[in-house]
Amino acid sequence: MTSPLEQKKIRIAGPSVVTANRTWDGVVIYRSPQHGWSVELSDAAIVRTSDEARALLAESAADDVGAIGAYIAPVEISDTGKIKPGNLRERIRSKGITIDLPVPA
Amino acid sequence: MYAYDELDRTLINERVSEFRDQVKRRLSGELTEDEFKMLRLQNGVYLQLHAYMLRVAIPYGTLSSKQLRRLAHVARRYDRGYGHFTTRQNIQFNWIKLAELPDALADLAEVGIHAMQTSGNNTRNVTSDQWAGVAPGEIEDPRIWSELLRQYTTLHPEFSFLPRKFKFAITASAHDRAAIKVHDIGLRLHKNAEGETGFEVLVGGGLGRTPFIGKTIKPFVPGRDLLSYVEAILRVYNQYGRRDNIYKARIKILVHELGIEKFAQEVEQEWLATRDSALTLDDAVVEEIRSRFTYPAYEKLPHMPDELKKAAHDPDFETWRKNSVAPHKVPGYAIVTLSLKPVGGPPGDATADQMDAVADLADKYSFGEIRVGHEQNLALPHVARRDLPVLWRALDKVGLATPNVNLVTDIIACPGLDYCSLANARSIPIAQELTRRFANHDTANLIGRLHVNISGCINACGHHHVGHIGILGVEKNGEEFYQITIGGRADEHAAVGTLIGPAVPYGEVADVVEDIVEAYLALRERPDELFIDAVKRLGVEPFRERVYATR
Repeated sequence: MTSPLEQKKIRIAGPSVVTANRTWDGVVIYRSPQHGWSVELSDAAIVRTSDEARALLAESAADDVGAIGAYIAPVEISDTGKIKPGNLRERIRSKGITIDLPVPA
Repeated sequence: MYAYDELDRTLINERVSEFRDQVKRRLSGELTEDEFKMLRLQNGVYLQLHAYMLRVAIPYGTLSSKQLRRLAHVARRYDRGYGHFTTRQNIQFNWIKLAELPDALADLAEVGIHAMQTSGNNTRNVTSDQWAGVAPGEIEDPRIWSELLRQYTTLHPEFSFLPRKFKFAITASAHDRAAIKVHDIGLRLHKNAEGETGFEVLVGGGLGRTPFIGKTIKPFVPGRDLLSYVEAILRVYNQYGRRDNIYKARIKILVHELGIEKFAQEVEQEWLATRDSALTLDDAVVEEIRSRFTYPAYEKLPHMPDELKKAAHDPDFETWRKNSVAPHKVPGYAIVTLSLKPVGGPPGDATADQMDAVADLADKYSFGEIRVGHEQNLALPHVARRDLPVLWRALDKVGLATPNVNLVTDIIACPGLDYCSLANARSIPIAQELTRRFANHDTANLIGRLHVNISGCINACGHHHVGHIGILGVEKNGEEFYQITIGGRADEHAAVGTLIGPAVPYGEVADVVEDIVEAYLALRERPDELFIDAVKRLGVEPFRERVYATR
């Protein structure tokens, strides 16, 4: 995970979101356009420029009580507008572990 | 078992109260994450990909049945019904909510279990041989000294903010089951020419980004001087260890850069000041610790009871017995390893139901005691040989009688990218696929002892450097690739494995391991030449050729 400070230097190469973990339980969350958080990637605010990304990250990181470790993550947008994680790590964070849990949920 | 005294109990309970207050202040916003992070890490709480992870210490790998039941309770009540035993005699719970962590720790504290110093730049859980106290030929029970070190290092103010984490491991047997040569300080209990008990002290071992095998800094330190000598090492490290670069902060780098001779001189100089101080252990202190370890009232039992003779006709039982049962120092008893490596399962995981079942079986057949090994298996250390058949049937019912201990499917693996925020690649699915490929126990037995270790990143929690076959996950252009090493080992002949060639993609790892194993079977001089010995004799080239000839 790259810290928000380091990410200020990063230029995004495509559509991105801001993601973090929820403070009280650690669940994966995404910054929404309504300036809140959602557990659904489909609710995430999409940024397409580095300036937008930096602004969204700054807003997200300011919520230190609700979220931990906010960072910019790449996504892919399908032709139908569906948001998909942009890499394996984010796929696993979004969809969960790739193996069966020892005890079924 | 070691019986905690009032001081231990008070310390653990006070720590829980302190952490409860810290969590409350974090959740209210009174503490920022920056302020809270170090506090949670000092209590074993990490943030992983999907949730918080709680790492709980199992000092020197010894658990009572009551403690194991409590771990099962925590898994069930606060997590998702299972736990993951690690390579450092800890258990990790992967889905705990921060808000519930104080309650979980309070429940653990009631049975003398805690998570202090399972993370952070301090001295970590002191580990030891999982067969301590019961292995034949042992000098003495190394847990007495492990416990001394545990007490000495717990909340030690001078060593709570070291340059980086610091790990001790102790063994008292000729065969090292505690991997002491890949620890910051490794201690081998032995007797000198005068018959005095003391320690060979090794320093600067470690895996991770820059693996080193520990070097002997002093061949013999008398037991009474253990704490002062260890303190001298830690003081030198604390003073000179690099705080400017996290990748160069471990003591192994300092030892490497200074050279062991220079480092030893620094330690000797420091030791002059502390050697004859309050740190000198008088016999009464050691005896006090020793007296708090209780041992079972063993019966006088036959080595080959009728129950065992009868069961020997069952080939499945015999396969398991030969694989999982080891000699005990007391005639008529045995040490039984419980494989946490079922075919297709995540290595090292145990469900709450399994933990409860093992606790019940420990009460019935092992004087209520369980051990945890760094290979991510459990052991029952005091089983009467007459009880082996009935124990085997009971273990089989709960999926804990897989006869693969030390075989190709007894894989050490870290949680990898499925759970871990540091990982680059997945470990568990690779392990699962390998266990399926080698699911036939006859084939696995034909191959013989073969340790496969898998890490999902360079931090090497899966000890890939010291696997006979080591697998390291890396990321290349967004895809998972795996580097393969062979020839590593973690025992008394510890060595770092050699890379055999370019990394291979996720989908080819199991094929590569099969190729390596097939090459070994074709090249070994005789059926009892172990894989690791064949690699030593042949070098990596024949294996490299086999793997890359068609790739």
